[in-house]
Amino acid sequence: MRFVARHATAEGGAGWRIWAGVTLVSLALAALPFALAAAFGQTWVRVVNLALLYVMLALGLNIVVGFAGLLDLGYIAFYAVGAYLYALLASPQFGVHLPFWITLPLGFLVAACFGALLGAPTLKLRGDYLAIVTLGFGEIIRIFLNNLNAPVNITNGPQGINLVDPLSIGGFSFNTRETLLGVDFTGPQKYYYALLALTLGIIVLNIRLKDSRIGRAWEAIREDEIAARAMGINTRNVKLLAFAMGASFGGLAGGLFASIQGFISPESFSLLESITVLSMVVLGGMGNIAGVILGAVLLTGLPEVIRFTVVPAQQAVFGKVIVDPEAIRMLLFGLALILVMLLRPAGLWPATLRKREFAR
Amino acid sequence: MDILLQQLVNGVTLGSIYALVALGYTMVYGIVGLINFAHGELVMAGALTALSVIQALMASGLGLPPVVIMMAGLLVAMPVCMLLAYAMERIAYRPLRGAPRLAPLITAIGVSIVLQNVAMLFWGRSYFSFPGVVKVTTYSFGGAAVTDQQIVIVLLAAALMAGLLLIVHRTRLGLAMRATAENSAVAGLMGVDANRVIVAAFLMGAVLAAVAGLMVSAYYGIAHYYMGFMLGLKAFTAAVLGGIGNLGGAMLGGLLLGVIESLGAGYIGDLTGDVLGSNYQDVFAFFVLILVLTVRPSGLLGERVSERA
Amino acid sequence: MTRSRFCVAATATLLFLGIPGCGEDKKSQPAPKTGPAAQTLSVTIGVVAPLTGPQSHIGKDLENAVRLAAEDANAAKISIGGSPVKFQVMAEDDQADPKMAPVVAQKLADAKVNAVVGHFNSGTTIPASKIYSDAGIPQISPSATNPKYTEQGFKTAFRVVANDNQQGKVVGEYIARNLKSKALAIIDDRTAYGQGVADVVEKSATAAGTKVVAREYTTDKSTDFKAILTKIKGRKPDAIFFGGIDTQAGPMLKQMKGLGIAAQYVGADGIQSTELFKLGGDAVEGTLASFPGLPLDRMPQGKGFGERYRTKWNQEVVLYAPQGYDAFNVFVEAMKKAGSTEPAKFLPELARIDYSGITGPIRFDEKGDIKDGPITMFRAAAGKWVAVATIGGPGPAAEKK
Repeated sequence: MRFVARHATAEGGAGWRIWAGVTLVSLALAALPFALAAAFGQTWVRVVNLALLYVMLALGLNIVVGFAGLLDLGYIAFYAVGAYLYALLASPQFGVHLPFWITLPLGFLVAACFGALLGAPTLKLRGDYLAIVTLGFGEIIRIFLNNLNAPVNITNGPQGINLVDPLSIGGFSFNTRETLLGVDFTGPQKYYYALLALTLGIIVLNIRLKDSRIGRAWEAIREDEIAARAMGINTRNVKLLAFAMGASFGGLAGGLFASIQGFISPESFSLLESITVLSMVVLGGMGNIAGVILGAVLLTGLPEVIRFTVVPAQQAVFGKVIVDPEAIRMLLFGLALILVMLLRPAGLWPATLRKREFAR
Repeated sequence: MDILLQQLVNGVTLGSIYALVALGYTMVYGIVGLINFAHGELVMAGALTALSVIQALMASGLGLPPVVIMMAGLLVAMPVCMLLAYAMERIAYRPLRGAPRLAPLITAIGVSIVLQNVAMLFWGRSYFSFPGVVKVTTYSFGGAAVTDQQIVIVLLAAALMAGLLLIVHRTRLGLAMRATAENSAVAGLMGVDANRVIVAAFLMGAVLAAVAGLMVSAYYGIAHYYMGFMLGLKAFTAAVLGGIGNLGGAMLGGLLLGVIESLGAGYIGDLTGDVLGSNYQDVFAFFVLILVLTVRPSGLLGERVSERA
Repeated sequence: MTRSRFCVAATATLLFLGIPGCGEDKKSQPAPKTGPAAQTLSVTIGVVAPLTGPQSHIGKDLENAVRLAAEDANAAKISIGGSPVKFQVMAEDDQADPKMAPVVAQKLADAKVNAVVGHFNSGTTIPASKIYSDAGIPQISPSATNPKYTEQGFKTAFRVVANDNQQGKVVGEYIARNLKSKALAIIDDRTAYGQGVADVVEKSATAAGTKVVAREYTTDKSTDFKAILTKIKGRKPDAIFFGGIDTQAGPMLKQMKGLGIAAQYVGADGIQSTELFKLGGDAVEGTLASFPGLPLDRMPQGKGFGERYRTKWNQEVVLYAPQGYDAFNVFVEAMKKAGSTEPAKFLPELARIDYSGITGPIRFDEKGDIKDGPITMFRAAAGKWVAVATIGGPGPAAEKK
């Protein structure tokens, strides 16, 4: 929550105000799953969990697109790599059941390797050429996952992998309902805290990265690659690092997705997913961590909000349902993308650097 | 041998359609530097509009000759596509000129979603079968089956591309387009109205999309509101393969991609001893693309631009 | 007087709280049926299918069928446990997206629906089934054929469609024995459904002595099959099996004709639709397709279904509408038997149901799969599916073979 802090100091606020803010935000985040469950039902806890997964994904992609300025349309491949790695090592598929403190970090690392693997042949490519190659890479990964059931069955092909182990420590499993310390926790609520902890970790890591030597090198490359090289930045390594770091968060999110879902199949990792995550990054505000989080939360939540309001709204206005709620949902989603971009081309919450650019 | 010939025939026909759609991407990209992700939806709109008109005419019992019916469908589809292209340029892209590079990409995705869903509301969710207006005759060349439909598709695509090249290289509008693509600010100083040129590029792309839409739905006998997405993606890949922004590149890329896909589906199995099969058709296509781009980072016919001139 | 007023209030409160909770309390409360003019029970059945996206036409078909079933049930003025029942349908869109499936399932669980017809795809049915199982909501999938769905050990998971193993085995043997195919080409669309059924067909046909000469693949979004068909043509098969659905099979048949391939085309229930005739034109003629269940015209209630569906929705049945309709009625039957609309009460009845639906007799085995479902082979003739053989199934259906 560095941005909160920076804001407060800029205003010259006293230390206690920062702490009051942090405490308030923490309390709100801690109470969220219970408030939601009480007010709207467990569905919304699941939606929030999904949103947290997307926050991780969007933050990972933001490193590649937002910080380093490399347009990546195949980002979901790393999510798939993480998910499949987790599923293969913790399911009846091979009869292996490794604990999550091995599988999740492994997914993180393997996805990073895949990121570097993608980065290597694309170093020379610029802008839209890079976009199409990354898109191809994402499709290649998906097609392999969908077809590696023959001649040797590895991924179980389109049938997917079922009965993936949930996160668990000893006898404590995250997907069952139980009462802890007198409070009734449902599966999704328990997952919420696990996801929240990891998301906060990734946010902190991102903030540290952004202000680090590497972060500044990424920004330099984004603004002018030749100038960056002239300043002595090893553009090759720094670009590869961006791909690897971005991919690693995707891999982590993928592992979590597999554990929450309990079942994964290749159809979860289509191109449309890559586009969705990219929309979150751009809509929220490329390069700005807070903006990207906002984008991810909005785009995950919006279709669901529409799902819950379209029918009642139509009934209230016309007395009956005139247009299918499903058609309207996607229609409004598309319109929202257009409108937000028209009104705020740099995103809802753009990076401060861009603001300065315009002010000059 | 006859199998190889047949695969080439299949590939060239598919490739001509890709090329027509790829031209739409490449023209817009060359002039405004925008990936018009919604271009595939124009193909869809063209196909469905033409289909509706053709169905209506066939049901009307006027007994019009098939060619007239097809032309009528096309003549209605073209203005519809042009109108849509104009609207999307004015509403979604023009206000964003000079905005961060990715902003128009997101609006393009938004436009694509909106068009798909409007089409779904309008035409419904069903798949439409293309009515058999023209009786298809099959000829045999060296063991390969070639239909008159395929011949018409290839010839018509070639004619349209020739026409497009003529416009771009022999007319004042073409000159203005090339000038704007080169440097829109300087072109503006020379009295070129950039907005008109850009609209012209969108409209020309729309006309090609309408034709491609009719072709693809007649050739495969099917059309539905979701058809534009994959086709658009493939055509975009083709445009990049050839070198985006380059007209010849789009044509070459389209044809190549069509042939690569056909040969890929046909021969991967034989090449790998049936370890990999036609399920890796797209992997093969993307692999070739990545290979080409690593050797020639700006596509086959793209200019070699230094990283940032 | 006070007693009946209390009763009304109690029922109203229970209704407000949601049906599943209400049955438990009924024991201690005076039973509603003793009250004057028994309260109408409201029963909500969820239906989940992709209502947007490329499969939405099939998803909508399912929703339509369930709505029709609810309308019929309401018209029949059914009473359960003495109270008249009003059926409501809650249709949700899972976008065929596995990640949305649990969210949608949770929404239905939160709304405390009494039962769920769905989901449509195996990829969404499996992750959703855990949530229904946790919430104790019975679920019948009309179309998910992945064997894994019922292998998870959930007491709430059922299906009224033969799974890939059941149907694929019958079709594979039919190709080998009845068609006496010597050289078979197999195409699948790389979806869970298409690949699943194609693999079983390959296995069972090979076991019965047929040689598989080509195994080709397409996708569920493709329209161009010329490349793989050309390759298949070179292998000279006498039969081609396609694991996939009508939207691919239609154009594929047309393209086969264009390439001059004369092999016998065989498919599974995914292509046994009226839509296929529209999509494939005269190229469909002679195509064979299996369908889990009896032919519509052999079922006493079946005849009217197609017509009523057409009158109500102004379109033909697309694909799984009969199964959706049956799934709904199986729930109703179980509720009637149990005399309760509460899931915990009618679930045991559901497990041992013996219902005669429009797709055939419906009984479940211990896993929740349909037991001895008859499978009928149909041949396309003059724009209609004509039954040529019914394989398996209990009772007189088997004798009619």
